[in-house]
Amino acid sequence: MEWFAGIGRSTMGMAAGLGRAAYLLFGSLVARPQPLKNFPLTIRQIYVVGVQSLLIIIVSGAFIGMVLALQAYTVLVDYGAEQSLGPMVALSLLRELGPVVTALLFAGRAGSALTAEIGLMKATEQLSSLEMMAVDPLRRVIAPRLWAGIISMPLLALIFSTVGILGGHAVGVDWLGVDSGSYWSVMQAAVDFNDDVMNGVIKSVVFAFVVTWIAVFKGYDAVPTSEGIGQATTQTVVYSSLAVLGLDFVLTALMFGTH
Amino acid sequence: MNSRKIEILVGLFVALAVAALLMLALKVADKGFSGNGETYELKAKFDNVGGLKERSPVKVGGVVVGRVGSIKLDEDDFTPVVTLVISEEYDQFPTTSSVSILTSGLLGEQYVGLQPGFLLDENDILKPGQFIEDTKSALVLEDLIGQFLFSRNND
Repeated sequence: MEWFAGIGRSTMGMAAGLGRAAYLLFGSLVARPQPLKNFPLTIRQIYVVGVQSLLIIIVSGAFIGMVLALQAYTVLVDYGAEQSLGPMVALSLLRELGPVVTALLFAGRAGSALTAEIGLMKATEQLSSLEMMAVDPLRRVIAPRLWAGIISMPLLALIFSTVGILGGHAVGVDWLGVDSGSYWSVMQAAVDFNDDVMNGVIKSVVFAFVVTWIAVFKGYDAVPTSEGIGQATTQTVVYSSLAVLGLDFVLTALMFGTH
Repeated sequence: MNSRKIEILVGLFVALAVAALLMLALKVADKGFSGNGETYELKAKFDNVGGLKERSPVKVGGVVVGRVGSIKLDEDDFTPVVTLVISEEYDQFPTTSSVSILTSGLLGEQYVGLQPGFLLDENDILKPGQFIEDTKSALVLEDLIGQFLFSRNND
């Protein structure tokens, strides 16, 4: 009996958590949005989550593009097909690695920080004091952070893919000696703007929404103790990474699966 | 950190992302900005260009001397006209030169091979915009197999 009670408890807890998360989303984005009034706050959050993530995004993008080119070259050169290095690097980055790795890095770099910040605001009762002053914390604190995440991550993913393709060019063309014109022309023949670039952007918008939502919800819902904040931060990274990887499979199957 | 500085940095961030999108649209997905160094154009008519693409390399003895600029159909006799954009450095090709469409490796990319001819007269140098008369078309595998089967049936 105790076992069934445990299942029931955890199911009800999950349902209640989903409800609180949906309420948070509704309260911060849907119910009477004030985008103009909160615009300066959003700009500040874009600086925190977007601009400050630039360095890690650019460095990892460059290295992932370089290692992709290096690995692909060792296989392709056996078949005399090293001209296919360009589309190999570009398609991997635009379709999969750009959105996914950006989302994982974003969850680790910005998502955890959002959770910890909001969780500490809750623990030190800053959120309650805002409510005492008749300021809705959902709109003042949560909404700008959600918007900032949703705006920043697709931009970061675009920068990631571009830097990765340039990194692949540096290794493939400048170091391994693939012809530069072939690198670009074969890539241009293989990459379609709508099918590949825009689908990657759509993917990263979805990931941005999910990762930022999980991050702010886990912070807003954290147990207001130092232990609780630590746990919430861990959960943010774990849940958003799993959500991103799972969703990526679904989105890839929907977008590219039927060819 | 005052808000003016933050606004500038966010603006730069957005501009960087837009630049990345432009680069992905123009250089990765579509035609790139070509043109580094001085170039001149030569033209050649082929019966069949096969899988030749714009920006494919033009090679002389394996050395890249230019790129394919454009591939269009001649409006009068419906044969493909390939414009070759050759580096100004190499402007001494004789009119007796020949071009052929070759494939690098068995499955590789197709490129234009330029075979310089003999220089009989000082005035017989290819001028910008001039047609190269002697061309050999791309090898189409299906045609080749067809010819092979045809010749076997005759035996």
